[in-house]
Amino acid sequence: MSDLLALAHVDVGFATDDGIVSAVSDVSLTVEEGEIFGLVGESGCGKTTLAMALMGLLPASASVAGSVRFGERDVFGLSPEDLRQLRGDRISMIFQDPMTSLDPTFPIGDQVAETITAHRDVSKHAARERALALLADVGIPEAERRYDDPPHRLSGGMRQRVVIATALANEPSLVLADEPTTALDVTIQSQVLDLLRDLRRRLRTTIVLITHDLGVVAQICDRVGVMYAGQLVEVSTVREIFRNPKHPYTQALLAALPSERQAPGSLRVIGGRVPDLTDPPPGCRFSTRCPYAMDVCATVPPLAHETGDHLVACWLSEATKAAAGQPDHASTGGAA
Amino acid sequence: MSQVAFSDEIAPARPGSPILRVEGLVKHFPTDRGFLGSDAVVHAVDGVDFEIHPGEVLAVVGESGSGKSTLARCALRLTDPIAGRVVFDDRDVTALKGRGLASFRQQVQPVFQDPFSSIDPRWRIGRSISESLDAFRIGTKSDRRERVVELLDRVGLDPSFARRRPHELSGGQRQRVGIAAALAPDPRLIVADEPVSALDVSVQAQVLNLLAELQRDLGLAILFVAHDLSVVQHISHRTAVMYLGKIVETGPTDRVFRDPRHPYTQALLQSIPHPDPERPIAGAALTGEIPSPISPPSGCRFRTRCPVAIERCATDEPEMTLFGTGHTAACHVARAELERSAQ
Repeated sequence: MSDLLALAHVDVGFATDDGIVSAVSDVSLTVEEGEIFGLVGESGCGKTTLAMALMGLLPASASVAGSVRFGERDVFGLSPEDLRQLRGDRISMIFQDPMTSLDPTFPIGDQVAETITAHRDVSKHAARERALALLADVGIPEAERRYDDPPHRLSGGMRQRVVIATALANEPSLVLADEPTTALDVTIQSQVLDLLRDLRRRLRTTIVLITHDLGVVAQICDRVGVMYAGQLVEVSTVREIFRNPKHPYTQALLAALPSERQAPGSLRVIGGRVPDLTDPPPGCRFSTRCPYAMDVCATVPPLAHETGDHLVACWLSEATKAAAGQPDHASTGGAA
Repeated sequence: MSQVAFSDEIAPARPGSPILRVEGLVKHFPTDRGFLGSDAVVHAVDGVDFEIHPGEVLAVVGESGSGKSTLARCALRLTDPIAGRVVFDDRDVTALKGRGLASFRQQVQPVFQDPFSSIDPRWRIGRSISESLDAFRIGTKSDRRERVVELLDRVGLDPSFARRRPHELSGGQRQRVGIAAALAPDPRLIVADEPVSALDVSVQAQVLNLLAELQRDLGLAILFVAHDLSVVQHISHRTAVMYLGKIVETGPTDRVFRDPRHPYTQALLQSIPHPDPERPIAGAALTGEIPSPISPPSGCRFRTRCPVAIERCATDEPEMTLFGTGHTAACHVARAELERSAQ
């Protein structure tokens, strides 16, 4: 498989009254063609900001550094017009709240058709036919009859299906899905996850799924990147992440999940709080809460190959130490 | 109502009387769609019975539109049912007035998803926590100040939090404050409506631990309303599953999760995205969506989505059948199976 998306040293900062918020810090990762890649982390970890940066959708107050390659294109180097063309055509996005992407007053079918005519030189009739096929494809019953309904006539699950139809309208190579099932009931969520799996199988669409839900990640993703406070701390196959997590944050997150195996009151908790990102700790940002923190953690640990497809950024890892060229971690000081 | 007993396990009457008993509860709301005619109503809760015993955590689980939050509001007497009774300590709550009602409000306290939906954002935390003490005139002023410090400590917050304001707190800290406020008048029952669903996993774990600890140490009963099945499985002793205004299955939590009898419970459990990538993907258990509570299906309300529905399900409403100690489900098909296996 080849890389469809490659991020190198991406930084995103936001200017606020309290100073610069370092929302994403030095994130490098690749997403392969045809895979479902999960970007997972808790609120404020930077997963959504990273996705917005990929789409060129960050507000003017954001400063972005590093590079993003999508296929052959350098995304950060594109003109606003080229970027607009890319969005909705080669790359599309699905948000948690379908009403973010849908016009509340406009027939759903026309919204899908418009996405097609905005990027393709096709007749209105052809766009309508294609929109109908897409609506049927994502499981809107009686698509013909539903075509002229405004979104508010539809349930939340049905609206999200319309958004997915819109996202697929131009057969994009990449779909960024930001918490696409978070607002849905669990039985509807499993229908939408089935749909996403099916689309990937039939169309080989690459999907980057941004979520806080580790259950959803386990059920649908091939590989996973774990983010904490703006840093990417671990990347691996979904099986490795759940079976053999290497980063102390990933380990703590998995241990905090409620299950019947733990007695009530005995869930593992992570002490302390997420650091203030206007003044993050130097080095590993999890170090202020990490049970294994050492002096060396004041230096940013590089993301390194622990095994073939398992990357971790932690000074406990021999791979990280080797990647930094510092076999003896005790000799490193606290320089950021 | 006849009940079929499961093999030799016949439910003994549970010792002691329940702290809260809900009988035949019905709550309808008028719709805002005038054009449908003035008689159109939302059947939010449509004949619900359950009991909570002292020191017990009963989870009510269901999806949007199941009526679980309306049920919680009725139990708190934030809204009055149109039929049925809510009995607290052998007294009908809907008939309470004056001092009786004040005493009920003291003993039954809410915890909401967003604790600050009901709190003044300008107040300092200490004042919010002692609000109910002030309202019920419990203790002297200095007693109340002491009690606030004690409560903050109880929920794992430093006494200095009393001086802070809501916007300075994280989501997890806010929920701790919400819980401290609920504990202030020494309640016997907490009604918690989605208390952890707005929280991140690591913070959720802290709040779940706190609730479990309080329940154990103070012997509190908790009515825990939630949509997250793994949370429910973790924290509750008994579980009631709601669908479209009715309880379809109820029983000891481990029974309901290990041996669900109602097809809806089975579908719900199959839909849980387990954080285990090696578990085979079950796929969507149900097609379609929850029907409108304005005109729920005849007979069994689940039949329009039920994979095993039979003709009878459209005409007869299924009765609760006993499947084991304290484990009941309302399903014609499950009952027929049970009767076959008993022969």
